[in-house]
Amino acid sequence: MSAIENWYHSESMENRKESARRIAYRFRQNPLSLVGLGIIVGLVFIAIFAPYIARHPQDAGYMGEPAVDFANRFAEPSLAHPFGTDQAGRDILSRVIFGTRYSLALGLFVLTFAIGIGVPVGLVAGYVGGFTGQVLMRITDIFLSVPPLVLALAVAVPLQPSLRNAMIAIAVVWWPWYARLVYGEVISVREEQFVEASRGIGASRIRIMFREILPNVLAPITVKFSLDMGYAILIGASLGFLGLGAQPPTPEWGTMIAEGRAYLPAQWWYSTFPGVAIFIAVLGFNLLGDGLRDVLDVEVD
Amino acid sequence: MSSDHTRADETDSIDDTDEPLLQVRDLEKYYPITGGLLKKQIGEVKAVDGVSFDVRRGETFAIVGESGCGKTTLGKTIARLHAPTGGSIRFDGRDISALSERDLKPVRREIQVVYQDPTSSLNPRKRIKDIVAEPLVVHDIGTKAERRERVAELLERVDLPEDFLYRYPNELSGGQKQRVAIARALTLNPSLLVLDEPTSALDVSVQAKVIALLEELQAELDLSYLMITHDLSLTKNIADRIGVMYLGKLMEKAPAETLFDAPQNPYTEQLLSAIPIVEESEAAFKPERISIRGETPDPSDPPSGCPFHPRCHRAVDDCSRVEPELVDVGTDHVSRCLLHDEDESEM
Repeated sequence: MSAIENWYHSESMENRKESARRIAYRFRQNPLSLVGLGIIVGLVFIAIFAPYIARHPQDAGYMGEPAVDFANRFAEPSLAHPFGTDQAGRDILSRVIFGTRYSLALGLFVLTFAIGIGVPVGLVAGYVGGFTGQVLMRITDIFLSVPPLVLALAVAVPLQPSLRNAMIAIAVVWWPWYARLVYGEVISVREEQFVEASRGIGASRIRIMFREILPNVLAPITVKFSLDMGYAILIGASLGFLGLGAQPPTPEWGTMIAEGRAYLPAQWWYSTFPGVAIFIAVLGFNLLGDGLRDVLDVEVD
Repeated sequence: MSSDHTRADETDSIDDTDEPLLQVRDLEKYYPITGGLLKKQIGEVKAVDGVSFDVRRGETFAIVGESGCGKTTLGKTIARLHAPTGGSIRFDGRDISALSERDLKPVRREIQVVYQDPTSSLNPRKRIKDIVAEPLVVHDIGTKAERRERVAELLERVDLPEDFLYRYPNELSGGQKQRVAIARALTLNPSLLVLDEPTSALDVSVQAKVIALLEELQAELDLSYLMITHDLSLTKNIADRIGVMYLGKLMEKAPAETLFDAPQNPYTEQLLSAIPIVEESEAAFKPERISIRGETPDPSDPPSGCPFHPRCHRAVDDCSRVEPELVDVGTDHVSRCLLHDEDESEM
């Protein structure tokens, strides 16, 4: 058999599978990370199929403005409305289900943006170094010196309160964490001989950064991504709660808690169930991230 | 016998056919030592200090020296992984010592480096096929199919099975990895390979095989080697000419046979005497054992006079005051020692 025919049928494909099996085994050894994975898979499933899962998708604003049914307002949790209804008689379970979409979308957008900016900044600062690197890292340090929620508030306040602007505000404060993480990793990887070897071949700096160094720093980025998803969702909900994020009647978890706060403790279910949803989502991403960190054997932060 | 010890002059007459592939003249690589808050330069390390030699087409020139003598820096400077701080590097008739990274790109096709530790020199996240094909991708040579074919051909050249193509470096042994590194170095059909301790990270049993492979490749592909090693015994069979380096300077340079049979420099004598005797027959060629005293001096604060005098078994008073020059001591044979002048006066 020629080399090309062998390409995908080699013994080493077995090795590939073998090492994948080993990683899966180590992951399974930690039941909590499996719980985390289960939660995340469940959340993604719920987010995608929300219109089919929710009994009252129109109450969450699916295909139009959220419906109202004042006759049914503040119904206690029951079989018809397991999480009860709100001040407009909307089914809270359906709204919490749709809230998954907003939270996951926010987390994904924020982290995609943060990684898209932070990783190149860290790569350039770490590999090119010198004056450029110093300037980039000092800018990063300025961002890092302010707590993320406070900085996100400062960015969100002058903007029109909306989910989109909350995403932008959080994304703007998030990239420096990735810049610093990648910078630290690059500093150690760039001393490896294969980087010099690549230079000796004539590879460009861009190629060395993205094709030689980046693949060696993907593991910590992956772990941080997972851990940060929960944190980003939490901050997104915080902005919603403070009225700087998604606006009512958007079924965003933080916004729902804020709305329900006025009716505590009598209509306790209004704020409680969105809160539980946030708790579960953050827990899921943290457990998954911890599991990944152990399996991939990396340190973040 | 040349009784006239003039300063060695390497400015060979340049002949179209006999011009050496590589001509290194007075090469210097100094590193600044900075200190204090303002990073003021407070000194320098002369890692390579005025080194001159040629590598002729098809030959193996070996640079031998202890660790810290600057031999690796020398090799990497010649491969232009570092920029020299002085002197010239003429490669194939062209001075490459001051070329920019962009202008170096075509030169990099001709000069390739094989590193000491193949575990570090191969990217752990890339498959062998991608590692060996990388030079083709970087220089935009060939179609995908042509690249695959070239990579398969190269693996065969270095005696590795085809299915290694899809493996990652950590699935290979040290010797196999070094073969991959050699294959990568050959991808672009270079004319000069800088071999930086190519076997010292390998098991002894594997070393001989890798050396044999390198010799075979040299004959088949008309390669010139600049081999850098701390192991003088390794050079005996493979090198045509040898330069002995100490604290950034060449101490002696001679054809391999001459160096082993009639070394002129006390440092070379000490290195030769340190080679363990394996066969009886070798004993005849060996000078009496002279133990090397002490450690290599701190290169940032080299001894005055002859750099080797604190450890030299033949040192005289003048050695700590007068810095010896490289002088001709035979055909194609130069050495740096004050005693060469004294020998002359005794005669």
